[in-house]
Amino acid sequence: MKLSLSSSPHQRVKRDTGQVMRIVIYAMIPGMIAQSWFFGWGMLIQAIIAVASALIFEGVILYLRKRPIERTLTDYSAVLTGLLIAISIPPTLPWWMTIIGVFFAIAVAKQVYGGLGFNIFNPAMIAYVVLLISFPAAMSLWLPAATHAAITPSFLDSASLIFTGFTTSGYDVTQLRTVAGGASMVDGVTMATPLDTLKTDLTQGLTYSESLAKPTFDGSLFDAAGAGWGWVSLAYLLGGLGLVKTRVISWHIPGSMVISVFVCAAALHLVNGDLYASPLFHLLNGAVIVGAFFIATDPVSASTTPKGRIIFGAAIGFWVVIIRVFGGYPDAVAFAVIIMNMAVPLIDYYTRPRVYGKNVSSKRGAK
Amino acid sequence: MTDFRDLSLQGLWKNNPALVQLLGLCPLLAVTSTFINGLGLGLATMLVLIGSNVTVSLVRNIVRNEIRIPVFVMIIASFVTIVQLLMNAYTYDLYLALGIFIPLIVTNCAIIGRAEAFASKNQPLASAYDGVMMGLGFTAVLVILGGLREILGAGTLFTGADRLFGEVAQNWTITLFETDSPFLLAILPPGAFLAMGLLIAVKNMIDAKIAEKETTPKAKAERVRITAET
Repeated sequence: MKLSLSSSPHQRVKRDTGQVMRIVIYAMIPGMIAQSWFFGWGMLIQAIIAVASALIFEGVILYLRKRPIERTLTDYSAVLTGLLIAISIPPTLPWWMTIIGVFFAIAVAKQVYGGLGFNIFNPAMIAYVVLLISFPAAMSLWLPAATHAAITPSFLDSASLIFTGFTTSGYDVTQLRTVAGGASMVDGVTMATPLDTLKTDLTQGLTYSESLAKPTFDGSLFDAAGAGWGWVSLAYLLGGLGLVKTRVISWHIPGSMVISVFVCAAALHLVNGDLYASPLFHLLNGAVIVGAFFIATDPVSASTTPKGRIIFGAAIGFWVVIIRVFGGYPDAVAFAVIIMNMAVPLIDYYTRPRVYGKNVSSKRGAK
Repeated sequence: MTDFRDLSLQGLWKNNPALVQLLGLCPLLAVTSTFINGLGLGLATMLVLIGSNVTVSLVRNIVRNEIRIPVFVMIIASFVTIVQLLMNAYTYDLYLALGIFIPLIVTNCAIIGRAEAFASKNQPLASAYDGVMMGLGFTAVLVILGGLREILGAGTLFTGADRLFGEVAQNWTITLFETDSPFLLAILPPGAFLAMGLLIAVKNMIDAKIAEKETTPKAKAERVRITAET
């Protein structure tokens, strides 16, 4: 047997950026299937719009910056950003709003800061926040889950909604949001997202358990999860666990974020169960699971040290609950991620692992 | 004696208070949600700047160096009060729209900066001219920023022109496009920061282009080889 002598590193890096990004995209597939099953074709159409415009913006800006275009486009980071935007916005958002969001993600949040690897903020979440602040009304128009909707838009209808604002038979988004069971379309109850429903109900003086009796929460997996939303979250959890298993992401950020959301929500729920939702409600509704596994784990804008990652994830979880409960907007994952993105340099500075042989404590030195 | 051409260039471009000195950003970012608001605050600032520059220049030999800053601030504050009272009297709606940012002109560093750096060392005429040019430079940025944000955020231009120009201007508003979902970001403060950053970037780009043009012929000239034969 011939033994060859070589210098370190002996373990080669197995994956390049493009491969990592592709694995993340594959891991999103179960969640995306669940999401389109419950909320219609719109999300897939948004994905096509967002990915195409992300690639175009990235290409044009790389050309303007005189940077290698092909190499950067094939690292799939723009594709992933586009997909993350598509799954976080309402599926029936007008096409031009999606494109504005993608522009802010790619051109402002990513390329102005110097491209992949230099962006301080998570591009997809910048897009989401820009859209949410600019078009608050349109960004809260989610259709009810397919199991509850009076009319489920077909593929053609979804495309027509996104591009013209009306389905082929002339319904607009507000009409589609009414739930089956009303005497007529006009009498039907408009159905909001679980987080929206709870927020409005609480301001109207209802308690948390009274709010859970609303149709939004019927026929789901758990009492606390909105129809469809629980399944979507579980599907993303499946993909996320796959990412942890294949070691594309470490468990630190998703683990600490989920635990932190659970602990913070449980603490509030124990203080007053009528005013503050249960931990399960916070975990299964909205974007916590997607955020924990796919958004907060962005290798560029997240903390890089193991200890730092735990702090980063836990702080995001804390902010998610605080902003959801006390803030003006129903969901808070995007805000929480962006706030903590700003704190990453500080976290990394204080959690730097000790260099071997340096700063040895005097006790050990004496031995 | 004084190079008026250079003064204009400094005020409008090379040393623009908003784009290069980055002074007076607080009112600049806060009130430029529309073209007219920007123009109103720009004109008010310019009037104060001219008045304070001339006065500071007139008293520059009397005021002792140790107490010059309080004196300058008092002069500026007097002019701001005058402008504020004038606006209260003649352009009341605009006065309401600009609100706290009119009295805050006192704290605009661009004004005390010019008093300190220019007016206290130069003749009244030159100081007045400097005030006009610096004021125009500041106003230009306010107006461009206001116009940009108004177009992006509301799809209109010159809304509320009657606040500044009176009844004549009632129907000056130009509607470029109508939308049910305006781009709120442009009107909100973050939009002001983004637009300001873009304006500075554009200015730097133009400067870089100019610098490139100026250096190219030089480079050619330097290539001439002179071989001395002695």
